[in-house]
Amino acid sequence: MRLIAVVLAWCLPLLAAPQGAQPTPEDPVTNQRAVHLAEQLRCLVCQNQSLADSHAELAVDLRRQIREQIAAGKSDVAIIDYMVERYGDFVRYRPPVKASTLLLWFGPPVLMVFGLFLLLRYLGQRRIRIENAPLTEAERNEARTLLGEPAPGPRT
Amino acid sequence: MNRHLIILAAFAVLIAFLGIGLRLNPREVPSPLVGKPAPAFELAQLAKPQQPFTEKDMLGKVWLLNVWASWCVSCREEHPVLLDLARTGAVPIVGLNYKDKRDDGLAWLKQFGDPYNLSIADSDGRVGINYGVYGVPETFLIDKFGVICDKVIGPVTRARLSDKILPLVKKLEQKEHQSCA
Repeated sequence: MRLIAVVLAWCLPLLAAPQGAQPTPEDPVTNQRAVHLAEQLRCLVCQNQSLADSHAELAVDLRRQIREQIAAGKSDVAIIDYMVERYGDFVRYRPPVKASTLLLWFGPPVLMVFGLFLLLRYLGQRRIRIENAPLTEAERNEARTLLGEPAPGPRT
Repeated sequence: MNRHLIILAAFAVLIAFLGIGLRLNPREVPSPLVGKPAPAFELAQLAKPQQPFTEKDMLGKVWLLNVWASWCVSCREEHPVLLDLARTGAVPIVGLNYKDKRDDGLAWLKQFGDPYNLSIADSDGRVGINYGVYGVPETFLIDKFGVICDKVIGPVTRARLSDKILPLVKKLEQKEHQSCA
């Protein structure tokens, strides 16, 4: 039993090894910062993956750049600026709010408010229409019949 | 009737947006470098490794910086266009051999022809990063003052050359005192 436990314990690193994208000799803080930054940046080659996820060669190079710049003491903001200077706002998964991105940022809430307005107006109008058109006695009886309730009046 | 018209109009607007979206090329990301000075570099020449070359060597000339590699498939598609352009002598072309092995690059030029005034070797891709290269081939048009005036992502086509690049080259060559920035 103990032997099995020891063997299993030996196997644990084998399980963990394929998870990491590459071996990282740096300290955990640097590593975490690098991964955090790479997750916020888009890989230009495979555009729907972040730099952290991508296996494209450019992504590998840019991850190396991030690590080098962290090692050189640059701040996160400076590193993101470095990428934006070269590849444009498109590298950021969270584009900055400016004139060309106003529609992107505020389009969906504006559409939602507009939709809510239309819905409320429609519901209000419908209620008024229902109140203005009461059922006749014949219609009322037919509804009762359909619902399986005993009709008070003669059946139609 | 009125309601149907509104729905139809909304549908038409939606179709228009989708139609425009289909025509856009999501791979073509506008470069923030257009209108800015070309990033500085100093690299060894591909054919003469002991001789360095920097972008400053081209000051006073309008020129093209073409990023290529022997492993790049689209570069083969682009290559005849560049060879023809080089034959006309309209504009000097400098090749940036990107993330390539020297021998592979030289062999490629030998096999397909060499349209470049000279090529430089960016074997680890660091200069490429400074130029925001992400899809080889890419081509930068740089003016006499070292400012990037245009960038083509992907192969340069004959249409792009005759419609945009060559007219722009002519215009820039006449500008003596002012960059395109």
